[in-house]
Amino acid sequence: MDEQMLKILEYSIYGASVLLILVGLYAVLTKKSLIKIVIGLSIIDGGIHLLLIAIGYLKGGTAPIFSPGFEEATAKMVDPVPQALVLTAIVIGFGVTAVALSLVIRLYRHHRTLQIDEIKSLKW
Amino acid sequence: MRKFIVLLILAVLGYFMFDIFSGLHLGEPHFVNGVKDFYLSKTVSDLHVANTITSIVVNFRGFDTLGEVTVLFLAVSAMGSVLYKKRHEAGTRTVLFASSNIVRSGSKLLFPAIMLLGAYVFIHGHLSPGGGFQGGTIIATGFLLMLLAYRDFKVSHHILSYVESFAGIIFVVVGLFGFMGGGTFLQNFMPAGELNELFSGGVIGIIYVMVGFKVAAELTGLIYTILHEKD
Amino acid sequence: MIYVILIIFLLLLMVGAAVYAVVQKDLLYAVIATGVISLVLTVMFYILQAPDVALTEAAIGVALTTIIFLITIRNTLRHEDEYYKNDKLKTPSK
Repeated sequence: MDEQMLKILEYSIYGASVLLILVGLYAVLTKKSLIKIVIGLSIIDGGIHLLLIAIGYLKGGTAPIFSPGFEEATAKMVDPVPQALVLTAIVIGFGVTAVALSLVIRLYRHHRTLQIDEIKSLKW
Repeated sequence: MRKFIVLLILAVLGYFMFDIFSGLHLGEPHFVNGVKDFYLSKTVSDLHVANTITSIVVNFRGFDTLGEVTVLFLAVSAMGSVLYKKRHEAGTRTVLFASSNIVRSGSKLLFPAIMLLGAYVFIHGHLSPGGGFQGGTIIATGFLLMLLAYRDFKVSHHILSYVESFAGIIFVVVGLFGFMGGGTFLQNFMPAGELNELFSGGVIGIIYVMVGFKVAAELTGLIYTILHEKD
Repeated sequence: MIYVILIIFLLLLMVGAAVYAVVQKDLLYAVIATGVISLVLTVMFYILQAPDVALTEAAIGVALTTIIFLITIRNTLRHEDEYYKNDKLKTPSK
């Protein structure tokens, strides 16, 4: 019974993160408004972070912090290396979104529109 | 027509990605004899630090943290140079209607509590979950609350840029002092204390406090720049 | 058993909010759906035993990203199909 629950959980978590990446890619490739494209980039970031943290999980594991009284529980701790990488990736993803939105404001002031059909240099 | 081609490409990509990731079973240890055993054992025996993520981010891979702080600084300065035209004078904004009494008096009570929580989180970064980045963003959220509630809340731009530069310079200087102790950049040269004490871990406490100040000043400057835009 | 059902319900809510954010044409509602995605991600990070990452995602993804999107929408257009301001669905000038 426990083995079956873990199988259902594995399919649902990996499937949800892959679906998030696909929905974000659809928004970047198809939509015509610039703000919608930046929203799609932000959704792709969320999907990738969930995938990275789900790889480092250990069954019956606990958080990698040595509280007083738990100093010898090294064998049951989850992997701490993907968590350190995702911590950096969240902050840098926010910086990229902020710079992209400031470029959108600047483009709106120059062309007076936000559709990429009008701004000729972005045509597919 | 174009949407149909895009959907076809995405379906093929989704099938291949799901096929790769269902070979990795959830809950099995994937990396046997990897770096995680080294990091988990060295944290308690050498550094006497309770939070493993803090010791990885500041001590074992500390150069990446210096790069990340530099990327945030570049993002804020790029925003400031793109949006340079026609800013409001400091403190005046066009709003549709003033905030109500509840918002104004409530935010005046909440603002010192949020600053205290943010300072607590980045000072005790090596003992419990937290650290410089988390505490810095909590303080920036407190400043955002005050900027939204009051029309004429001023944050002096000069003080923000001085605090940010000063914190960054101290980070690099502490790294350069590592040359005297062991021989590499960002080496831990101060004595490590006891486990679960406030002054443990050597250089880690000082570096994380400086990173907390720098991230708080940068994010407050970013919010301030984008709020004072004029059409 | 009830644990797995609650996790599957949260993941369905997240994928539903992502589809709603892409399909909806009024940009204000799409931005709030992006905030809901960040909220569910914070709970998932806590369930997978990563408290540092959950703190960072809660502070950056929910508060700061939403306010930056809202200020951009205030300075530009609100509806997705608008071409120029005060002139809904005007045909593009060729």
